[in-house]
Amino acid sequence: MANDPIHQFQISKLIPIEIGGLDFSFTNSSAFMVATVIVASAFLFLTTSSRGLVPSRLQSVSEMSYEFVASMLRDAAGSQGMRFFPLVFSLFMFVLVANLIGLFPYFFTVTSHLIVTFALALLVIGTVIVYGFMKHGFGFLKLFVPHGVPGILVPLVVLIEVISFLSRPISLSVRLFANMLAGHITLKVFAGFVTSLSAFGAVGVVGSILPLFMTVAITGLEVLVAFLQAYVFAVLTCMYLNDALHPGH
Amino acid sequence: MFVTPGYAEEVAPAAGEPHTDAGTAAHTETGAEHGGGGLFPPFDTSNYPSQLLWLAITFGLFYLFLKNVVLPRVGGILEVRRDRIAGDLDQAARMKSEADAAVAAYEQELAEAKAKANAIGQEARDEAKAEAEAKRKEIEAGLDQKLTAAEARIATIKANAMKEVGTIAEDTAAAIVQALGTGKVDKADIAAAVKAAGK
Repeated sequence: MANDPIHQFQISKLIPIEIGGLDFSFTNSSAFMVATVIVASAFLFLTTSSRGLVPSRLQSVSEMSYEFVASMLRDAAGSQGMRFFPLVFSLFMFVLVANLIGLFPYFFTVTSHLIVTFALALLVIGTVIVYGFMKHGFGFLKLFVPHGVPGILVPLVVLIEVISFLSRPISLSVRLFANMLAGHITLKVFAGFVTSLSAFGAVGVVGSILPLFMTVAITGLEVLVAFLQAYVFAVLTCMYLNDALHPGH
Repeated sequence: MFVTPGYAEEVAPAAGEPHTDAGTAAHTETGAEHGGGGLFPPFDTSNYPSQLLWLAITFGLFYLFLKNVVLPRVGGILEVRRDRIAGDLDQAARMKSEADAAVAAYEQELAEAKAKANAIGQEARDEAKAEAEAKRKEIEAGLDQKLTAAEARIATIKANAMKEVGTIAEDTAAAIVQALGTGKVDKADIAAAVKAAGK
């Protein structure tokens, strides 16, 4: 079903593995997770292997991504936040490379599955909660009580803050998931127009020019979205980590 | 409609549905049917355990690799470069200050040389002036001396003349007295008389 825009999200088992009644098969999704990690690791590892004082082009790409994430984290969470740098950088690179790999035709997009993005978001929120309580004890709960709120409003504000805190992993994961999903479906639909229109002979070929242009344009847009969503994910991670470091607003 | 063999197997339940190549609208419709009919893959909970496990494995390894290998290395590269740039800047600043010091030393030397030249010129001028002054004074002193000598000579000549005037008067008086024949007159008396007359 090449023309089914949903088909690209289907998971197929490559190596069936079942442990304790649960299906832990190595699937195409797993394969692309492995590919994402290998591509990102190999790129970062190989481009920096010469440790050039004057960087080559690829080395400066690695350095730029390092400094980009580092300055993002430092701006959002201060120099204390740098202890989370490996986490934020890993998340950024993983999401970015997974998004970009997913842009290739016939490739699976790891981040187009809600469970993956939700797991990553839970990792962030879990880190925030665990570190927040470890560092501040119950002082971390001050996060939910902003300064300068009149006493009578406190219960209401606390309720709102708690709800907004709990909705963070959902918004964080759904944003990434929905962007990748919608983008890929759109791309697939327009690309499908090209193949099916061109099946009608000369008129169809002429008619398929517009959807072809749309496909090209949307591919460009999707590259942007791939970067943007990785950036947004990383920025929000930094802001949430800032809450763990400085809960008193 | 072309169907990849590998994919056809997976979508076996849907494969039975009638597909038409009637147009683009039909394609999107069939797509929608698939989404609604079968379970939408991202919401199919049966594949969650596998995805979570493999995500944990791959992301965990990725995190460890980055944390222990890549990030220290990139951080090291950046630090070395920052140190190098800072060192170079320091060196440049040091060289600049050295150059500034050299310029200042040169200017000071120049100023000293100028002052020295001025002093030498002044000295020469003063010396010349003093010499001229001394010569002038010497000449003036010589002239003064000559003047006083001349004056002294005039005075002696005058005194001699005056003295001679007295003796001449005395001699003349003595001669006159003798000629008158009034007898001998004492020479001392004549001298006294001449003196009295000269007063």
